[in-house]
Amino acid sequence: MHELSVAQNIIDIVKDNVPENNYANVKKVLLEVGEFSGIVADSLLFCFDAIKLETPFKNAEMEIRNIPFKLFCNSCKSETTNKFGIRICDKCKGFDTNIISGTDMKIIDVELDS
Amino acid sequence: MSIITIERKVLEKNDELATQIRNKFKDNNTFVINIVSSPGSGKTSILERTIEVLKSKIKLAVIEGDVQTDFDAKRVEKYNVPVVQIVTNGGCHLDAKLVKDALENIDLKGIKFLVIENVGNLVCPAGYDLGEDYKVVVLSTTEGDDKPLKYPKMFINSSILIINKIDLLPYVNCNVKELRENALKINPNLKIFETSCTTGEGIKEWCSWILENIKD
Repeated sequence: MHELSVAQNIIDIVKDNVPENNYANVKKVLLEVGEFSGIVADSLLFCFDAIKLETPFKNAEMEIRNIPFKLFCNSCKSETTNKFGIRICDKCKGFDTNIISGTDMKIIDVELDS
Repeated sequence: MSIITIERKVLEKNDELATQIRNKFKDNNTFVINIVSSPGSGKTSILERTIEVLKSKIKLAVIEGDVQTDFDAKRVEKYNVPVVQIVTNGGCHLDAKLVKDALENIDLKGIKFLVIENVGNLVCPAGYDLGEDYKVVVLSTTEGDDKPLKYPKMFINSSILIINKIDLLPYVNCNVKELRENALKINPNLKIFETSCTTGEGIKEWCSWILENIKD
């Protein structure tokens, strides 16, 4: 739902990390989006494409790498997943689990066309 | 072609601001909760009942978040507690910057308890740290017992669940035992309260928990 403001955050972070004279050369922004980060990838792509036209990154494309939800079970020490984001170990059905991945959203890198 | 490595969280700026605010709360010994829920679950009503109980015991303040209007701030103002209304003008959640700005209008000195009432939305507020000690998610019995499974992120990121409108159970299709089980499947560490703002059920227990968390 807040993909538009997230797209704006992404543009701000890219601005902070790319030298200004290279803004026009930004070709691709690579993002990692967790399965349960609360962000809809398609919607984020749509918002990014819409607002980039108002920025120096008119030629930039966004690529999203999906990161699966993973759990580590402290009881049986196995690594499992759950398709509903529920913190139950798929092996021993225990509750004592930690989330390893799948809830974050990260900008990995920016590709320059130069 | 060249690549610039960034490796930064998209919401990093929000998290940095949230850390700044959290330090400010710590310096002032202020216990802070961020109340989240879908619209109409009873956040403001719980807040009113809570203020009635705690007002004579501790100094408290409120930050109200809404998409539009200052209706909620007016409801809280009647109790003579400091309140700041944030109107997001369409924004679906509060972020740390909005809360930081709101804090310019509250003198935290002596304030033992601050309530941030988020915008009614069971999705977006889950992702934004506001510097609070705990996120408190409110779910009313009229919303149904399956909501923790349908909106897991909010329940993963919250520490407390208040099941509100418990007095309506005879009239609605909601199984509290199942609601509890569903919530604990998502987050086994959730502490759960059951309340009714109409009958006052559970408000005492909820307020006792708040008082336990307040440092002298």
